[in-house]
Amino acid sequence: MNSVIKLADIHKTYRTGEVDVHAVRGVSLDILPGEFVAIMGSSGSGKSTLMNMIGCLDRPTSGNYFLDSIDVSTLDRDARAEIRNDKIGFVFQGFNLLSRTTAQENVEMPMLYNHQRIPSAEQKERAKKALELCGLGSRADHKPNQLSGGQQQRVAIARALVNRPALLLADEPTGNLDSQTSIEIMGVFQKLNEQGSTIVMVTHELDVARYTKRMIILRDGKIRTDEKVADRLNAENELKNLRLAQEAVKLA
Amino acid sequence: MRFFAPFKIAARALRRNKMRSLLTMLGIIIGVGSVIAAVSITTGATKQVEDKVASLGQNVVTVFSGSFNGGGMRGGWGSAPTLTVEDANAIKNEVTGAVAVTPEVNDRMQVFANGLNWNTRVNGEAPDFLQIRDWDLTSGAMFTDGDVRSLAKVVVVGKTVVDQLFVNQDPVGQTLIIRNIPFKIVGVLEPKGFNLFGQDQDDVTIVPYTSHMKRINKRTFVNSIMVQAASKETITQVQNDITTLMRDRHKSAEPDFTVRTQLELMQMATQTSKIMSVLLGAIASVSLLVGGIGIMNIMLVSVTERTREIGIRMAVGARGRDILIQFLIEAVTLSIVGGLLGIALGVLAAKIVAVSTGWPTITPLIWVGIACVSSAGIGIVSGFYPAWKASRLDPIEALRYE
Repeated sequence: MNSVIKLADIHKTYRTGEVDVHAVRGVSLDILPGEFVAIMGSSGSGKSTLMNMIGCLDRPTSGNYFLDSIDVSTLDRDARAEIRNDKIGFVFQGFNLLSRTTAQENVEMPMLYNHQRIPSAEQKERAKKALELCGLGSRADHKPNQLSGGQQQRVAIARALVNRPALLLADEPTGNLDSQTSIEIMGVFQKLNEQGSTIVMVTHELDVARYTKRMIILRDGKIRTDEKVADRLNAENELKNLRLAQEAVKLA
Repeated sequence: MRFFAPFKIAARALRRNKMRSLLTMLGIIIGVGSVIAAVSITTGATKQVEDKVASLGQNVVTVFSGSFNGGGMRGGWGSAPTLTVEDANAIKNEVTGAVAVTPEVNDRMQVFANGLNWNTRVNGEAPDFLQIRDWDLTSGAMFTDGDVRSLAKVVVVGKTVVDQLFVNQDPVGQTLIIRNIPFKIVGVLEPKGFNLFGQDQDDVTIVPYTSHMKRINKRTFVNSIMVQAASKETITQVQNDITTLMRDRHKSAEPDFTVRTQLELMQMATQTSKIMSVLLGAIASVSLLVGGIGIMNIMLVSVTERTREIGIRMAVGARGRDILIQFLIEAVTLSIVGGLLGIALGVLAAKIVAVSTGWPTITPLIWVGIACVSSAGIGIVSGFYPAWKASRLDPIEALRYE
């Protein structure tokens, strides 16, 4: 099986004034289709830099990066933009929806930049399906300020899915959410993963990482540990337990 | 490819900021609106002046006799006895571009009818006079060349004279006494109103020039000769031909006559409105410039404010040129919609002026076109720098922007 992500000895060096900062020092990594990976690490570990390179927002200083078998480490700005549009769906910590724009139009947005012309009717249909998949079918005409944090993140996930990307990339997707909503959002990711999506998620919360299948810990720009998640959590069960606990409190 | 997508994106972005979009357009709306209103008003005024000049006749060239100069007194143009009926005939026969010619003799005297009297102009003319002055009769008929040859005692009168001497009567067929000579009224001139110089053109009586020169005020010289050129384009040619011919006939080193054309009068009369339009054009370009700066300013603010939005768009796959086109289309849409609203406002303002003051206003289509094109141009020019700035943003930086 071809890797979705194949990193070969990736380095990234920033030059700030006189000093060179080695943010990423030789990362090699293979991620296969259908994987659900958490990249963890404290701040300064290089995980954001790695994330930007995986997301084709930035280029490595040296090393090769194959995304869906395409070498993207040497592509220019415009070519990377097309790759992002085609192959990658982004989910951000701050949701990053367009304000005063309905959920439906937010989800349609990536299709407007596709190199193929997607007919208006198909755009509507695909956006609607993506929203339904994320459990938000009935709120397509709501604007972000009329939605809760969890609902906004569901819109963002729908937007990431709409161009049928090879890779779903989430940067601290639960960072701005309370614990119950976090579990709900992880439930959405687990469901998408079961249906075949490859997901890479950056987080610093161990609780959140336990919903994934594989955990990679970075320190000082290098991979420290890379292992299977042993005691994997299931979001549905966790939600059930949470509900039972809340009822017990009410009864008492 | 995806031709309509940028328009969709820009339209959605503008709709999100309705109030700001409207305020941004206001500069262009007011700029274009004032230009259209001002142009409509001056064009209306110019047209009115041109109509007044045209009421003096069609393509008229007039030959005045030289100034009378005797005993230290100089009489001004038309005072010297230098032009003759023979000169008029020579022009008619030898100047090819001259389609109608009339010698003119002018006097001012008391006329009598119905036991009433009135002081008016008594002019001697040839029948061509009506054609040259583009003047019709409301009743009766003009005297003929036969009447000119026979020194007939016939007269055509203006509306003012009729009003003064023939209250509620049909004057045609009645008698008008000029210098104790009874003249038969054969026609009444159509009212023309006041001319450019405030003179009542209807306060006039016209007799055959021969009758005037032999019966009313005995003389052998005429005051002026009025000639009609075939067309506007031949006026100058006719003027030159007449000058050459007259110099030849009069054989004088110093010209004892002067030839004036309606063109000169037209130029004089429209000079003011030309200055006005230059002035308006200057004001217009300043206000459009200010409108353009307004758009550029708002677009720059908008780019900074929407840095994160630009970051999001780039993250999901917008290329630099997609962002450039989006902001450029936003700017051009603002300026074109502003321009169209401005045109509507300007036309409305001109109509209000027309109704409230009675000045005629005309909105020339060419100016509507100029307004459209220049507002689109302003949009492109003032939108380009902010759009270019937006397109150069780094997606990582833009996404981190708070």
